[in-house]
Amino acid sequence: MNDILPLLKNLLNAPGLSGHEQPVSQIIEEAWRPLTDEIHRSRIGSLHALKKGRSAEPRPKVMLSAHMDAIGLMVTTIQDGLLRITEVGGVDARILPGQMVTVHGRRDLPGMVVQPPAFLLPAEVGKGPVDMQYLFVDVGLHPQEVNDLVRVGDLVSFAQPPIELSGETMAGHTMDNRVSVAAVTICLDLLQRRHHDWDVWAVATAQEEETLGGALTSPFQIKPDLAIVIDVCFAKGPGGGSTWSLLPLGKGLGIGWGPNIHPALYQAMQEKAEELEIPYMRDLMPRMSGTDAMGIQIVQSGIPCVVLGIPLRYMHTPVETVSLKDIRRVGRLMAEFITDLAPDFMDKLVWEA
Amino acid sequence: MNDLIKKLVEIPGPSGYEDKIRAAVQEEIQDFADEIRVDALGNLIARKGKKQANGMRIMISAHIDEIGLMVTHVDANGFVRFIGIGGINPLTCLGGRVLFMNGVRGVIGIEKLEGKEIPTLDKLFIDVGATSQENCPVGVGDVCGFERPFMALGDRLVAKSMDDRIAAVVSIETMRALKKSPHEVYFVFSVQEEVGLRGAITAAYGVDPDLGLAVDVTRSGDTPKTIKMETALGKGPAIKVRDASFIADPRVVNWMVNTAKSEGIPYQMEVLEAGGTDGRAIQLTRAGVPAGCLSIACRYIHSPSEMVDANDVKNAVKLLTALLSKEVLLA
Amino acid sequence: MAKDENNNMSIEITQEQIDLLERLCNAMAVSGDEQEVRQIVLDELKPLELDTKVDALGNVLVTRRGSDKNRVRVMIAAHMDEIGFMLVDDEEGGLFEFVAIGGIDERQLVGKSVIVGKDHLPGVIGAKPIHMTTPEERKTALKLDQMRIDMGLDIGKKVKPSDRATFATQFAQIGPSIRAKALDDRLGVVNLLTLIKHAPENIDLLAAFTTQEEVGLRGAGVAAYHFDPQIGIALDSTPANDLPAWDVDEENTRYNTKLDHGPAIYLMDAATIADRRLVDWLVSSAEAAHIPWQFRQPNLGGTDAGAIHKVREGVPSVSVSVPQRYIHTAAGLIRLEDWANTLRLLHTALGRLTPEILNR
Repeated sequence: MNDILPLLKNLLNAPGLSGHEQPVSQIIEEAWRPLTDEIHRSRIGSLHALKKGRSAEPRPKVMLSAHMDAIGLMVTTIQDGLLRITEVGGVDARILPGQMVTVHGRRDLPGMVVQPPAFLLPAEVGKGPVDMQYLFVDVGLHPQEVNDLVRVGDLVSFAQPPIELSGETMAGHTMDNRVSVAAVTICLDLLQRRHHDWDVWAVATAQEEETLGGALTSPFQIKPDLAIVIDVCFAKGPGGGSTWSLLPLGKGLGIGWGPNIHPALYQAMQEKAEELEIPYMRDLMPRMSGTDAMGIQIVQSGIPCVVLGIPLRYMHTPVETVSLKDIRRVGRLMAEFITDLAPDFMDKLVWEA
Repeated sequence: MNDLIKKLVEIPGPSGYEDKIRAAVQEEIQDFADEIRVDALGNLIARKGKKQANGMRIMISAHIDEIGLMVTHVDANGFVRFIGIGGINPLTCLGGRVLFMNGVRGVIGIEKLEGKEIPTLDKLFIDVGATSQENCPVGVGDVCGFERPFMALGDRLVAKSMDDRIAAVVSIETMRALKKSPHEVYFVFSVQEEVGLRGAITAAYGVDPDLGLAVDVTRSGDTPKTIKMETALGKGPAIKVRDASFIADPRVVNWMVNTAKSEGIPYQMEVLEAGGTDGRAIQLTRAGVPAGCLSIACRYIHSPSEMVDANDVKNAVKLLTALLSKEVLLA
Repeated sequence: MAKDENNNMSIEITQEQIDLLERLCNAMAVSGDEQEVRQIVLDELKPLELDTKVDALGNVLVTRRGSDKNRVRVMIAAHMDEIGFMLVDDEEGGLFEFVAIGGIDERQLVGKSVIVGKDHLPGVIGAKPIHMTTPEERKTALKLDQMRIDMGLDIGKKVKPSDRATFATQFAQIGPSIRAKALDDRLGVVNLLTLIKHAPENIDLLAAFTTQEEVGLRGAGVAAYHFDPQIGIALDSTPANDLPAWDVDEENTRYNTKLDHGPAIYLMDAATIADRRLVDWLVSSAEAAHIPWQFRQPNLGGTDAGAIHKVREGVPSVSVSVPQRYIHTAAGLIRLEDWANTLRLLHTALGRLTPEILNR
């Protein structure tokens, strides 16, 4: 797969808000079907795809987990043809006014988020940023038609199309976490030309942004021996947080380090990156990782996890920015890591003496 | 139905202390459950029916615990300090009356507040009429619920613990009404929901259903200057799309909407920007379960005077019975 | 060991156990990096030759089977991790930015000494000299992100961001008391080791030395899933906020537990409502053996029982803790007698456990 852009654009255009991932899961299924032996869905809609290894059964299993759900909005009430909204996943209300959105009613409707003038709001709201409860989505239709086409509970997704910036950078909504799904796809594609002993379960999880639902349920079904979680991490940029938690954009992936990550697995992944000369940084996660690893690690009798991070600027805004190079790096690192996974790797995965 | 509601709502039974309410529910369902068991945490699990070729194992969960208070300290003068069990709003406690599991009754008093200070639980205490620590009939660890009698204002029914005893009534009446079904239905009367869905988590693991529905109350947007919410009393049972901890499976939502439409049962859509129900616990058990929630719109939730509409309750029974009577097609 | 009124082997705190507690408290095992304590535990268990494994979370899981018929499967958990810090940024000149792991009151950090990394290298958390502060400034607490761990001028690459650190407090026995860091929960660890060594025959003792309790009870849940026990008991330590109030006439009504009043039995915390049958069992065991005991006031906080009781189809659970002043600070304080009575209570109660206890 030399050009991941068409795949990525395809993934970004498919709606799939947390808990409602069906549309994007179909796109992912189409991409993964030719690259895997079996594909099906979990009972809450996560996508499970198996690429069989070649060692004798019973084969150990590695699960690649990339959440496919997106953040967005949901209609709470309809007033005079205007829609009030609440968040699905974590949405900072300050990024909303003026944003183009799609309302998924009885059919898809183009809309935008609007902010009423101050005199129509309670006095205390004032001139500062307004809370989400005061905003509306305007779809430009008359109230009667709106009532026919939209109902309470309908989903609203961001409509900003992805933009190619210079230097193989892309900006758009839902880079979190479709870029990771793209990385997994690259890995599966590379594995077409590799032999690997282990079974590989590529999983696009549901509901990470809301409940970690996919992370808590898919491992129960698959029972992997270890899990590689791919998510985005914070890149250095304007408005970024304290510097220690940031990676530079386009200069390599993050490998997570902290209680969610098995230190021996970190070690093995780090060694592979060194060997392949793939640039990486230790991504410190002193408490929880904020990823599917929080869920996967504690399913049943526990599963060793490692977290691979794709640096991203402006997380949870419609202009999330990533470097395509970092996506390819993650895909390649995983493919090589899996290729070299020996059948007895789990015996070596000990807590250091 | 009012007699059953009155009977159940007036029984004290905060989270972790559900023995009395469980016994009362068990008595009600004895004759029309095929199998009854009580699990390790105290969930009451009643099976009705056997799974046919075109049927599923379905779990229906209504929680029987209520919010309450637990004694933390009895002071030298016999005043009783406490902590909340579940979400307690101090404002609903002022002047309230409580009933302890050991039969003792008391009233809730408050310390003097400064200026515009808002009361917090630590400024409150219970007066059971004792005058010293020694002659106080309750001690550390004793548990009480709020006490307020059931009252019917026409179709509007008021009591404490409509959350969630009204749902227990819906489950019981559905068990009674369900004649023919291809499904194996587990009616779970769950414990410790108010402190984190704890009973439903273990009940769902044990039942291992193909599909699940919680039955619970939800807020309404139909009282003066309140939250902006479409849900209102009298508009029918509510089909939950989401709350703060749960996103209902869209296939289950569609199934519920389509059934309500085809049976001519009034319904409303619900989006709640707060709260949580057993639905989440069912959805995330084991390898996952398609799950939803049937809600009864309720005013003044977590106060001693929660209000629901009797027609919503009756229609909820109708809808739940209809849902369970036919083959389930999730799309 | 003498036999008590119930003909049970009475159990005492020996110098050997005090020495073991000292080693455990002085070791560093911040949540997610429990290796040092895990090694001590494994070394202690080795001569017993019991079924022992270390799982994916780093929990040490030990099965000590009894020999009676109709044994009760009891899981007992004690967490190996302590609160502490992680170094996150190297600012040159030996100064490191750090974050807290687990619940730490930021006001307890300034002017403390710490140990960093596997080699326990010494560092300090410094503060601006008082001469350079204004009275106004001194009214505001220093925020953690303004503090730094100072490792000296020539530390080089001996420590790095990602290393864990904790307080440098050394264990001390002072008259009737013990003062140390990480008594939460090395007390539980040492008690659990003792209980394994003196386990009664009427139970299968499923011992879990858990990890990551302080960051969300993460080890205990997977341990409980593995063991699938009938009963769960968490051993921990809990605050004794029994200092005098400012207003001498005011009664302290929120002490949580008190020193010198014996083991604390939990009724309810934020994570668990204790199974009342198990509470009653512990209370009656204490009364029968004349062991002082107290209820831990229903309060916030949580123990491994919070994870254990929700596993699979549910596990009736309860927690028992040693009261400790100044918990989650550089130095906690407990009474030896409270520690001894906690061990005695657990030992005698386990000996009285029958399957009938779970009858409704």
